[in-house]
Amino acid sequence: MAEVFFFLASIGALAGAIGTVTLRNPFYTVLALVCHLLSLAALFLLLRAEFLAAAQVIVYAGAVMVLYLFVVAYVGDGDDPIRPAGRPSLRWASALFAGALFVELSIAILGTGLTAFGEQGSGWFPGFGTPGEIGRLLLTDFLLAFEVASVLLLVAAVGAVILARRRTGLDDPRETSVADLLHAPQEKGTLGDAERGTMLEAGGPPER
Amino acid sequence: MSVEWYLVVSALVFCIGAGGILVRRNPLVILLCIELMLNAGTLALVAFARAHGNQDGQIFALIVMVVAACEVAVGLGLIVAIYRRRLPIDVDELRELQG
Repeated sequence: MAEVFFFLASIGALAGAIGTVTLRNPFYTVLALVCHLLSLAALFLLLRAEFLAAAQVIVYAGAVMVLYLFVVAYVGDGDDPIRPAGRPSLRWASALFAGALFVELSIAILGTGLTAFGEQGSGWFPGFGTPGEIGRLLLTDFLLAFEVASVLLLVAAVGAVILARRRTGLDDPRETSVADLLHAPQEKGTLGDAERGTMLEAGGPPER
Repeated sequence: MSVEWYLVVSALVFCIGAGGILVRRNPLVILLCIELMLNAGTLALVAFARAHGNQDGQIFALIVMVVAACEVAVGLGLIVAIYRRRLPIDVDELRELQG
């Protein structure tokens, strides 16, 4: 029975991954990744990682993917599919690189001298991978990693807010600031196309 | 199922993600492909935890999930900032740092 579930889940995971890479519409790409994440959660359950499977579904397939969908809707590329990827030679080289990487990883996995990988896995005790056990480990053996992860989340949240905030320098768009006057001559030289702007200008007031 | 099967699935997903990063040019999709690669790493960690009958690998996978969430937050913030400047959402066009 476990074999059936394994093959169903891994086919789902691989189909989701291939869909993520090949689908043109960013919306469908995100949905393919959701399918991939749900299949991966099933694989986690087969590996007796119950808490991780629940976290995968709730945090990843739920929260993070909603964030993605929000940005896709905000950027609004839904109707206008991205241009076909670069030159055919580049695509072939990429596929070749991915294939070579897979061959190398397979040699590393299958040629390993560790006999534990060829087996079902060593014994597990009742409660393996449950929230209680994970929580006990996080607060005893891995307390430092836990705290560093919380600080990292805080830094990332602050960084994301600072990166994506609206840079309102002036309330009235007809006013000009000293910074505008200073930056105005430099805009022409870089791209020669004032409409598109440069990343350098990202610190200035918004265009209205 | 032996643990090797899970590792092979993980390797396949990782390679698909790596190929996707090279092929696609939309930064959103490139972020999604990075997610694929991180998830492949997570699956391998959980498989190792199962092989050794030890939960440390699952803790490691949980921390990888946290790092992936941070990466998503910062990456999406960058994409929104690029969009606000009316720049093309295309990694081949954003080449000012190339010098």
